[in-house]
Amino acid sequence: MRRGGVVGGLVLVVVALLAVVAPWVTDPAGLDVTRVDGPRLGAPSGEYWLGTDENGRSVLLLTWWGARVSLLVGVAAAVLSVGIGTLVGLVAAMAGGWVSAVLMRLTDFFLVLPSLVLAIALSTVLERGVGTIVLAIGLTSWPGAARLVRAQTLAVAARPYVERAHALGGGTVHVVVRHVLPGVVPLVVVNTTLAVGTAIVAESTLAFLGLGDPTAVSWGAMLRTASSTGAVTAGAWWYLVPPGLAIAGVVLAVTVCGRALETVLDPRLREPR
Amino acid sequence: MSDAPVVVAVERPRRRRLGRYVAGKVGGALLSLGLIAVLGFLLFRALPGDPVTTMTRGRPVSAAQIAELEAAYGLDRPLIEQFWSYLADLARGDLGMSYTFRVPVADKIAERVGPTLLLVGTGTLLAVALGLWLGTRSAWRRGGRFDKAATGVALGLWSVPTFWLGLLLLSWTSGLFPSGGITYPDTPPDFWSQAVDTAHHMVLPVITFVAVVYAQYQLVMRASLVEELSAPHLLTARAKGLREDQVLRRHAVPNALLPTVTLVFLHLGLVVSGAITVETVFSWPGLGLLTFEALRGPDLPLLQGTFLVLAAAVVLANLAADLLYRVLDPRVRAS
Repeated sequence: MRRGGVVGGLVLVVVALLAVVAPWVTDPAGLDVTRVDGPRLGAPSGEYWLGTDENGRSVLLLTWWGARVSLLVGVAAAVLSVGIGTLVGLVAAMAGGWVSAVLMRLTDFFLVLPSLVLAIALSTVLERGVGTIVLAIGLTSWPGAARLVRAQTLAVAARPYVERAHALGGGTVHVVVRHVLPGVVPLVVVNTTLAVGTAIVAESTLAFLGLGDPTAVSWGAMLRTASSTGAVTAGAWWYLVPPGLAIAGVVLAVTVCGRALETVLDPRLREPR
Repeated sequence: MSDAPVVVAVERPRRRRLGRYVAGKVGGALLSLGLIAVLGFLLFRALPGDPVTTMTRGRPVSAAQIAELEAAYGLDRPLIEQFWSYLADLARGDLGMSYTFRVPVADKIAERVGPTLLLVGTGTLLAVALGLWLGTRSAWRRGGRFDKAATGVALGLWSVPTFWLGLLLLSWTSGLFPSGGITYPDTPPDFWSQAVDTAHHMVLPVITFVAVVYAQYQLVMRASLVEELSAPHLLTARAKGLREDQVLRRHAVPNALLPTVTLVFLHLGLVVSGAITVETVFSWPGLGLLTFEALRGPDLPLLQGTFLVLAAAVVLANLAADLLYRVLDPRVRAS
């Protein structure tokens, strides 16, 4: 599990670095349909290692640049969703009374609601763009984190040292920030990591349905064009396989990494040898 | 022990407790349905600012056309007035007129429910059977080669976007199976030809759906069975002289099924998103494809209709699960 986590982490670091350096290492002109001269849907060759798309652009270059949007949206949406979840969970655990009851009722409501349908609705009515996608994913995927954080907060808050802090005259805000939050942070970190994977898949799904930023290159948007321009039925596997493998690889790396982090931070989860 | 009084409880308090339980769950579901109705209004009427601009995005329209559309959808009235008439329409089952199909949204949805139920029902049954079987085998021989392989495959499939899997299947099996739709137009109308043709069209969508959905059932079943395997009553069962196979089937699996049932219903949202993507890839004429067609317009009344129907269906299925769970698990009855 640990070794898998390290491998997953390495994969993520490499992909993130590649995504960051893309504008300096590669020529962005290769993404402009008016300035490329490759063959239409050309098979992989010495010049175009992963073939070309229906406009003659290099699939390798598109996949490389696609990592930027996919990772950006994945991380931003995960941070937003776990951020909302942590806030709701903390308040629901510490406030008590009707505030807790209302918040938990709301969390349960959103937990049951089919999140893709809600995300589709949000991104349809709002202006198209990367920000909308982040908002749509973040606003629909927080309830799981909220429930976990609430449970963990309740467990931490019941410990004697928190009672001691109260007895010494610490106010609620002081106790939460200095004594309860540190016990909850590991769970939040793990949750954010796992949420990145879900968010990347959600981004690609929304982009595939045509709700993404029409000007941005992303893995989901590539699969959408591959499907809508008939590349799939024409047997252009080189247009279909790279973006999908990229999504699967990154999501798997994130998941393995998150689970390894979980066992490191929570010794109870380690399997007995 | 908090459940001690239950043993001596007489019949009437128990029945009253059942009544309170059912009332609580039904009340919660009604509240959720109300929230869905409000959310549907906020999302599609209040949030877009101007729904007509959203609907006509990218198309040249004259001011007269816009005014006509606004009047047709009642958008020229105050928001609160719109909300009341929206609720009144909803209570009558009137979901408005579709903008692209020019038919009542409710009719369009009714027409698409059948294919979705067929696809999702078949897919879910297969996925549950496969997931429970694999999960049971993994847990029984945990740490073994089968467990590692099965868990690895499940994690791998879970990381893959549904629609990509569908596209891959389409390109691999090119020509073997139809690429979309539910039947060919030239199939004879008698029952058997139609059924065979539908089954032929269903193969790829169902495989894709199962591949994405089964993993969660497998992982949950594995986890809950592993927990159950160390329970003392299994030692008793073995001491009685039961064979390992009987211990597993009669004593371990039934208990491990309970948490699985809860989680299966809690994750129904995943089933809905699976239906949307699978139906879009294979042009399966169900509610998922209807959602896709609605967002392309964008046909806001239609999208609002599918949103309301899908969300309400999930809430009602959860209510059914809560009530069923009480029948299945005596411990819930006691608490």
